Amino acid sequence: MNVTVNGEMHKIEDGTDLAQLLKQMELNADCVAVECNLDVVEREAFSSTPLSEGDTLEIVSFVGGG
Amino acid sequence: MSDQLIIAGRSFNSRLLVGTGKFSSNAAMVDAMERSGSDIVTVALRRVDVDNPADDMLSHIDRNRYLLLPNTSGARNAEEAVRLARLARAAGCEPWIKLEVTPDPYYLLPDPIETLKAAEILVKEGFYVLPYINADPVLAKHLQEAGTVTVMPLGAPIGSNKGVRTREQIAIIIQQAIVPVVVDAGLGAPSHAAEAMEMGADAVLVNTALAVARDPGAMAEAFKKGVEAGREAYLAGLGEQRDTAEASSPLTGFLRN
Repeated sequence: MNVTVNGEMHKIEDGTDLAQLLKQMELNADCVAVECNLDVVEREAFSSTPLSEGDTLEIVSFVGGG
Repeated sequence: MSDQLIIAGRSFNSRLLVGTGKFSSNAAMVDAMERSGSDIVTVALRRVDVDNPADDMLSHIDRNRYLLLPNTSGARNAEEAVRLARLARAAGCEPWIKLEVTPDPYYLLPDPIETLKAAEILVKEGFYVLPYINADPVLAKHLQEAGTVTVMPLGAPIGSNKGVRTREQIAIIIQQAIVPVVVDAGLGAPSHAAEAMEMGADAVLVNTALAVARDPGAMAEAFKKGVEAGREAYLAGLGEQRDTAEASSPLTGFLRN
């Protein structure tokens, strides 16, 4: 199925949950925050959040700023 | 008697807040943070580059030493700012947020209407909101009434190093404020920071001036002293400015022919 991550389309297997997606992308779940379809997903819920066709994800992390 | 900075009931020893942007390296950033003596550091949130995820910059910041203050930089409107604040909280930050809504990339001036909108939402969601604003005393009042824990008027545009160009307006804000006033943005030299503190600001926030200095750590120390000097002068009671001279020695008993 197709999901959008940070504005780009990605093809992933059906049944992938958010924790698995982060692992596949080699992203450390402890270092990112995730929004799915404009709703923030709490870190504890990553592995219990299944992804669906057309989901739009924003994955952000901290950078320097004033 | 200690002269601590108190924001939302929490005490801080330092009246210098520092940003973490634009440093040439994490080492330079950490050196500046440490030598600034700051207790509060700001950070931003950006999309992870999924093809090239960067080093986790937070791993360089001691969360036991510093309060992390995420900002909503990049937000062009209230909705984006609120989303960023919620993401920051979900990432494990305490619910302190520097609210920054800057739709125009040339001057990065904060949008007053979107800032107030976002502040009202975030305060209701339990955030401690520190709003970055132009030096507008009326806006500052609205935000305080909405429950923000500070107001943060700019001295000059972000990164401009021009100093306190909004002096008269900031003076009004300070006079009318019921929360700490943090002069944030545009401060380019320790003398600028001292000026803000001499006026009665409760704190200042500095980023670019440290990051672009030839020696960021040394500059951070200089700013630390500037903030302390300005604050001490304010507490010591500055003399009034006057147009005509007033002699420092008696006007009688002059040596004469």
